[in-house]
Amino acid sequence: MMNRKKIEEQFFRLLMSLVTASIILVLVYIFYIILKKGLPSLSWDMVSRLPEGGYYFGKEGGILNAIIGSFYISVSATFLAFIIGLPVALYMNVYLVRRPKFLTMTRFVLDALWGVPSIVYGAFGFTIMIYFGLRTSLLAGIIAVTLLIIPIMIRAMDEVLRTIPKGLMEASLALGSTKTETAFKVFFKQALPGFITAILLSFGRGIGDAASVLFTAGFTDHIPEKLTDPVATLPLAIFFQLSSPIPEVRERAYAAAVILIAIVFTISLSARLLSKKFKKHQV
Amino acid sequence: MRKFIDSLSSVWMQIAIWFVLLLPLMIGLGLVVKSMPLLQENSLIGILSSSTWSPMRGDFGFLPFIISTILVTIIATAISLPLCLLSAIHLTQYAPKWLLGFMHSVIDILAGIPSVVYGVWGILVIVPFVGDNLAPFFNAESSGYSILAGALVLAVMTIPYVLNMLIEVFNNIAVEYKEASLSLGATYWETIKFVVLKKGLSGILSAFGLGISKALGETIAVLMVVGNVVQFPKSVFDAGYPLPALIANNYGEMMSIPFYDSALMLAALLLFIIVIFFNVAARYLIQKTTVTQ
Repeated sequence: MMNRKKIEEQFFRLLMSLVTASIILVLVYIFYIILKKGLPSLSWDMVSRLPEGGYYFGKEGGILNAIIGSFYISVSATFLAFIIGLPVALYMNVYLVRRPKFLTMTRFVLDALWGVPSIVYGAFGFTIMIYFGLRTSLLAGIIAVTLLIIPIMIRAMDEVLRTIPKGLMEASLALGSTKTETAFKVFFKQALPGFITAILLSFGRGIGDAASVLFTAGFTDHIPEKLTDPVATLPLAIFFQLSSPIPEVRERAYAAAVILIAIVFTISLSARLLSKKFKKHQV
Repeated sequence: MRKFIDSLSSVWMQIAIWFVLLLPLMIGLGLVVKSMPLLQENSLIGILSSSTWSPMRGDFGFLPFIISTILVTIIATAISLPLCLLSAIHLTQYAPKWLLGFMHSVIDILAGIPSVVYGVWGILVIVPFVGDNLAPFFNAESSGYSILAGALVLAVMTIPYVLNMLIEVFNNIAVEYKEASLSLGATYWETIKFVVLKKGLSGILSAFGLGISKALGETIAVLMVVGNVVQFPKSVFDAGYPLPALIANNYGEMMSIPFYDSALMLAALLLFIIVIFFNVAARYLIQKTTVTQ
């Protein structure tokens, strides 16, 4: 009897270790495949030149338009999401701590928003776009991505602000500061490293998302000059090139995937390093 | 002056927070308004239960898409949930601390990979695997672009979310329960089976709900590997056409055919409602667990 129990436990322990190991292996495998396929066709031309005539049939050129377009959209969207998200996160933690029910409800709504698929944000962005008589454009793309990353940004900031001890707020208020001063001078400074992580995290999500810009940003071979110009994005550049029947073009899609991964991970790595560096100055 | 700045900034804060709180309502409303034209022509039940899809003739039957969505989602979560459960138990109950820390990085990286990259990987690895290895093994014909390929890619994509949540659930179970069980003579594995899993049940269900809602809405990666054929899939090796793929694939022509845009917005609305439902249910369950503990 004892023996059977032991064997069962041993069996499951082995199985569980195997599963954990296989999850790690899948990650390694994804990177291995993308790098193996992408690196050979990655060239300086790809990141420094615009697509030229016949590029999508395997001729000369690069995807600079998509890289710049993605940065235009993600930087502006992150900025807008920060302007809307920062006051919300501060309000939740400075004003709403006294009203726990309202606070819980706000977090509930944010979680629900966080789970809304990006294609729905894309579709909603599209309806706004039509409503205001816009065409697919940089502006519409920015709006859709902003909506997509607002909940991510606020929840990440909220997680940081929650860890700030209540005594700090009480001390600040007791010294005669207003709630705004407490929010922006005390809480903001304390949470700065976490905020940087939140911003970079949202930026990374924004730059990698394809479904939200599909309807709204359009696609073009040029770098946009106005907010109303259509704009190319890196995920869509990968997506479109991959559906080409020409092998050279598909190989460029793999290379573009390497570029996208490199951007996303530079961002997430710097987020970690920066937040570690700033943590030294915390109370 | 200070008072003025204080009231100014709290007005700004209140505007921002109401904007965020009303956003789900605005999304829902915007999509309802856009899908109204189609709903006035056909009944919702009719659209959901009809399987004829020919936009040119004004037939918008969602049934094939709904079936594909359900199949892909169920298979994906059926694969990822047991794996995540086993791994989470291992990481929180048996594994050394450093491994848990390492897995957190793995989870972060997996969650950070853009979905289009998962799609590329799916085309390079999963599609040929399903087409050349799995299908012949089960005596089926398949190009590889199939429901199963979509589900496998989705399973990998949902792992970081589900695993992360399960680790949190198991870490939150009070040590006292485990100690009590162990002191009564139960083995470690029995303690996990009868105490940890039982105590974590609603947390596990909630992770399940979160995984489902994540899987339901995933668009680009699934679209790239699932085949996109309007049909009732007879087996998992047939091509499918989930709702998000339907929306994403037809944005080009939707403005030129009457009611087409309305139908796609209705699809987005359906997706929005179902995902919100699963999300709220999951959050409700997790809140209940944290309250009872």
